[in-house]
Amino acid sequence: MRILIAKPGLDGHDRGAKVIARALRDAGMEVIYTGLRQTPEMIAAAALQEDVDAVGLSILSGAHNTLLPRVVALLRQNGLGDVPVFAGGIIPEEDIPDLKAAGIAAIFGPGTPLAEIVQFIRDHTRPRHS
Amino acid sequence: MPSSPLPTTTLTRRDLARLITGIENGDAGALRTLRARYEQGGRAHIVGVTGAPGSGKSTLVAALTRLARSRGRTVAIVSVDPSSPFSGGAILGDRIRMRELFEDEGVFIRSMANRGAPGGIARATADVAAALDAAGYELIFIETVGAGQAEVEVARVADTVVVVEAPGLGDDIQAIKAGILEIADILVVNKADRDGAERTASALQAALDLSMPSASATGGHHGAGSLRRAVPGTDDGGWRVPVLKTIATEGNGIEAVLDAIQRHRQHLAQGAGVQRRAQGMEHEVTTRLRDLLLQQALQQIAPARFRALVEACIARELHPDDAARALLDDLSRGQEQAPGR
Repeated sequence: MRILIAKPGLDGHDRGAKVIARALRDAGMEVIYTGLRQTPEMIAAAALQEDVDAVGLSILSGAHNTLLPRVVALLRQNGLGDVPVFAGGIIPEEDIPDLKAAGIAAIFGPGTPLAEIVQFIRDHTRPRHS
Repeated sequence: MPSSPLPTTTLTRRDLARLITGIENGDAGALRTLRARYEQGGRAHIVGVTGAPGSGKSTLVAALTRLARSRGRTVAIVSVDPSSPFSGGAILGDRIRMRELFEDEGVFIRSMANRGAPGGIARATADVAAALDAAGYELIFIETVGAGQAEVEVARVADTVVVVEAPGLGDDIQAIKAGILEIADILVVNKADRDGAERTASALQAALDLSMPSASATGGHHGAGSLRRAVPGTDDGGWRVPVLKTIATEGNGIEAVLDAIQRHRQHLAQGAGVQRRAQGMEHEVTTRLRDLLLQQALQQIAPARFRALVEACIARELHPDDAARALLDDLSRGQEQAPGR
């Protein structure tokens, strides 16, 4: 299974993203880690070329209400509408319904057990091998 | 080399990405697609980039790609990182150094886990490169896992091998050990602004001069720096391995490296490449035959028989070689050996 872990936005804190990447690696997944300060365009382009099964976004900058829906829209534009997008970081409770309506499949706040995220990915990715 | 149109005419980037996944997974449909497109390949220049972890391979590949793009060439990058031997998972992080290339439609970047294969690349890397070649990319970089001294598989897949060194990684005896340096067509000392860069470059140059073919064999070319090849699939044919210094993060020295890559391609085109491709292909066919034979053999061997022999080895009643030979005997006795015995 191939998962893209990306950090949109301008904040420079990638510890959370690295913890998730490591946990997914330990769960046997191949994690494409693209580093800090990714634009939604860069994330969509990477997801396309890497043919990932899911996209995980870590965001702490507060710009989640614009950046996250933009990633989903670009993925759809690229024919990747079936790739689930999940997010983690500091996202206020009241923003979650709109983000879910915009197509974010799950939002994991600080302190979410890593096993829960792994299980979410396993449950929500399409089986490969046609 | 004339620039062909962007390689999206018959295969979308999405299709190509999915094809590569299928190739990695050994998916029969993907391999059929690759076969059907195989004759469209053979035009790309495949360049392996290898070297120790932290020597700057990704940054160098990114810088070379930017320059090649400015010269109007389409580029694909296959970047290999190691899989965890425990979980089978991997963190593929080479894109971090390539961020400014993500949105360029003339560049296709694919990260690849080695899935436990020895030698610095994955088993499917050659086929992935073939898919990118058939898709029309003109220049294909294969970046290996951070390689030590023996990760030389890339020499069997690539037309040109760039070995990247950084200052301070070893003394001059490291430079003459067998292995990775012997597969270099181009040697790059990256991070040339660091202490010891000059010394590293001269140690490498001295090692190259040591392995210079004897004067009688070369007609007395002086200063020729060709390494004698230890790896089948390569040949020297009079190529002089240049030692080039770069500061990839600043783009320093990149033109000289890309020029050398281009020159090596011309060198191959003048005949040296024929033998090299033949040996590489011979190895490719042999490897696949070996895999198929093994697969076939394992299907015919009764699991109980196999386990019994392994147990005998554990008990030190048999050497593993005796066990393997016993299985081979079973197989050559053929079908009379009833399965499940």
